[in-house]
Amino acid sequence: MTTRIFGSGIRRREDPRLITGQAAYTDDIKLAGMVHAAILRSPHAHARITSINTDAAKASPGVLAVYTGADIEGVLNPIPCAWAIPDSDLKAVAYPAIASDVVRYVGDAVAVVVAENRYQAEDAMELIDVGYQPLPSIINPEAALADGAPQLHEDAPNNQAFHWVAAGGDTDAAFADAAVTVSETINQQKLIPTPMETRSAIAAWSSAMGELTLWNTTQNPHIARFVTCLVTGVGEHKIRVIAPEVGGGFGAKIAVYPWEMITAFCSMQLGVPVKWTETRSENYVATTHGRDHVEYVEMAADANGKVTAVRSVVYAGMGAYLSTAAPGIPTILHGLMYSGPYDIANIKADVYGVFTNSTPVEAYRGAGRPEATFLLERLMDKVGDAVGIDTVEVRRRNLIEPFDNNRDVAIGITYDSGNYSAALDQLLGHIGYDQFRHDQEHEREHGTLRGVGVACYCEICGLGPSQVAGAVGFGGGLWESATVRIYATGKVNVFIGTSPHGQGEETTFAQIVSDEIGVDVDDVEVVHGDTDTTPMGWGTYGSRTTVVGGAAVALTMRKLRDKARVIAAHLLEADEADIEYEDGQFFVRGARDRSQSIQDVALQANVAWNLPEGIEPGMEASTYYDPPNFSYPFGAHAAIVSVDPDNGHITLDRYVAVDDCGPQINPMIVEGQVHGGVVQGAGQALWEGAVYDDNGQLLTGTMMDYAIPRAHLVPDIEVHSTITPSPHNPLGVKGIGETGTIASTAAIYSAVMDALKPLGITGLDMPLTPERVWRAIQASGYTGNGHGHDHGHDHGHGHNH
Amino acid sequence: MPNKVPITVTVNGRSHSAEVEPRTLLVHFLRETLNLTGTKIGCDTSQCGACVVKMNGVTVKSCTAFAVQADGAEVTTIEGLAENGNLTAVQEAFWNNHGLQCGYCTAGMIMTVTEIIERNPNPSAEEVRAGLEGNMCRCTGYNNIVRAALAAAAAGQGG
Repeated sequence: MTTRIFGSGIRRREDPRLITGQAAYTDDIKLAGMVHAAILRSPHAHARITSINTDAAKASPGVLAVYTGADIEGVLNPIPCAWAIPDSDLKAVAYPAIASDVVRYVGDAVAVVVAENRYQAEDAMELIDVGYQPLPSIINPEAALADGAPQLHEDAPNNQAFHWVAAGGDTDAAFADAAVTVSETINQQKLIPTPMETRSAIAAWSSAMGELTLWNTTQNPHIARFVTCLVTGVGEHKIRVIAPEVGGGFGAKIAVYPWEMITAFCSMQLGVPVKWTETRSENYVATTHGRDHVEYVEMAADANGKVTAVRSVVYAGMGAYLSTAAPGIPTILHGLMYSGPYDIANIKADVYGVFTNSTPVEAYRGAGRPEATFLLERLMDKVGDAVGIDTVEVRRRNLIEPFDNNRDVAIGITYDSGNYSAALDQLLGHIGYDQFRHDQEHEREHGTLRGVGVACYCEICGLGPSQVAGAVGFGGGLWESATVRIYATGKVNVFIGTSPHGQGEETTFAQIVSDEIGVDVDDVEVVHGDTDTTPMGWGTYGSRTTVVGGAAVALTMRKLRDKARVIAAHLLEADEADIEYEDGQFFVRGARDRSQSIQDVALQANVAWNLPEGIEPGMEASTYYDPPNFSYPFGAHAAIVSVDPDNGHITLDRYVAVDDCGPQINPMIVEGQVHGGVVQGAGQALWEGAVYDDNGQLLTGTMMDYAIPRAHLVPDIEVHSTITPSPHNPLGVKGIGETGTIASTAAIYSAVMDALKPLGITGLDMPLTPERVWRAIQASGYTGNGHGHDHGHDHGHGHNH
Repeated sequence: MPNKVPITVTVNGRSHSAEVEPRTLLVHFLRETLNLTGTKIGCDTSQCGACVVKMNGVTVKSCTAFAVQADGAEVTTIEGLAENGNLTAVQEAFWNNHGLQCGYCTAGMIMTVTEIIERNPNPSAEEVRAGLEGNMCRCTGYNNIVRAALAAAAAGQGG
């Protein structure tokens, strides 16, 4: 047996084009006759449009057309939301592609200019004269639900988009009986995803054929095709969506936006290809944000720190309209994860979705699960403090025992497999936990502020069984498909429905193929991202591409191997039952010199000169794979931080991750996913936050103001793993794309609180900027000698964004 | 319509003459006029570094230079690094060390790392991180970009 390619950290197949500048992202593509669109956006968070004069813009050099809300009426349907949470009184408010009467956030589209080049389009945009009558606005989701708040939509009283409750057990009784209860107010600040490529689209309409081609920087081209059909009225079979090279998504490229629909409208009106590409400042108001919860959370425990209940009231900002998948995030992907890796008998999540005058939210890496992990870990620390046991010990007392095939949790879902304490044990070894605590005691005597934070997590991903998708109101399926074709030359094309954009599945899927059927990995090419050439898929998000799409590839290879075995038996004049397979060769049992390679068989299958009776020509198969359950990766992460008392600056000294995503197809890629995820989560803990002023203006509207992590601010991330296969996945794999983000915000926050513990500081809002930390240190009466911090600091969470 | 200005710029060893508006950014000249789209635009405030190219031997953010400023200059873009299909040590190191995921920041990263190593052939991880201050990546957490830079430097020392 040769070394298995499955499990090998081979370098990526997609890299050569990326490191030489040859890859083509949407904005890199030029079509003959292509013109350029620029979208005029509302500068007001909430205003009535009283007039629009486009005359000067229309007369500007190079301008082909200017369109406003009046022009799209009756032509472009409103943008649909695709996740209607059942039993939640969800208000599917109208979401016009271009506002015609009222604008509801800074960034709402008011008009679009099409010109021969981008500079001309932007010049003309400045000549559009819009009259606005400003209206009161509201940004904070809790305040937006209160009586007397400014109202965004007539058909959504009190700005309530939905109200969803999920519960298991008897939470009220558990709290009534608890020896210990702790509570916290958590501001899950609004975040701006910031993929390095902004959004972009090119629409090319063929009036002769009635066909629309849309190049679109999206994570899910097939969903984009479906929604484009609903909005434009063009038949789904007449729409081709191409996701070329896509420069990161992190959830921000799931939604089908008004902007590409406007681009399509322009092309359909003008009969020429139209390109639209965001500027970064435009991206910060026009591309979806993430998080934005105000949460009131509580945990109940017995005197030993065994947690008996957790409950929440969450005000989840939706922004001004419901983006494609937004309602599912604070509900299904958040509330259903309140057990985390812990055994908690009574759970209740009470979630309000609320309209605010801000950019719509959508999934952002982790999407609901970082918020759930954060509140559990925050409360777990508080239970430990209340009971008087160490932060690790309180977790250990609550972790679910190891299980390898299905474990129900109180909220009503079933985890696939887990060994949570193994991950925690490994983590503690790597960080030298006991030694750290020992050293910390001495350091504290000298006033040094250093802390450790540990976060255990279990998350739901690998979305998911389609039946469940339907039951929870997701407007589509969640299966995946693959078609694999082995040519007469033995080379292989894999056509997949998912649409990776940096996750490396061109490599990992080739590894699956190579592993399953013994062809060289370089003989495999993975094709994705074009609805005309790939089978249906539901997209790359929710850490599902390898889990669901990879399974579809593996099952397809097994079908092809079965077919190849029949043909090999025929060619070898042997009984099929006597054929053995190993490393791409089919042998007659006991006569290994009599063999046919997969390439030999593929040639015979393709020419079909001599096939057994009943066997069709060709070496091609497809699989439509609907997983029986979600997958539940887990792990334990630790951060060690130092706080400089003079300026409040936090240094991330060490970060150690232990993750379990089951067997790893390509450990190098797995490690890379963890690196990136951890640093994104660190961004939320320490630096990032969308800040709005009282008038709903985004103050962090450029990369100068919105602080994503930079290289010199983060350490080398130490990545380790345990391996617990998923019992239901054909490859045993679970997802890894989001785990870093899910754990790291909680771990880093906990570490900072641990560092500040001697000062009596018990909580601060994120991000933990130097100013915020410095002010808290000042207020604590810290003197630097490690003594005399007897007055606690009331952190009094504000909820202002 | 603003008056156009004639410029001649040598890009990746090839001379190009064109008439450009004075306000034309160098990155737009490279991408739109010369069709060299390997250089990316990631922001509009000179923060992200996706557009870094070499001009007269030093890295510049091509979104923050006008095309007219490049008149008479020698510019190298990501497309000009590999000669006859032979990757540079830095390109090779990014590939070997998984120094990229979505690839959008990569051109700027490779241009910047190349300069870091030219200036300091044996940098520490800390020096690499400091040198990347003007380049943003959202995928990798910078971990493997730093590894790639150190590996490229080590390869240079060896060869």
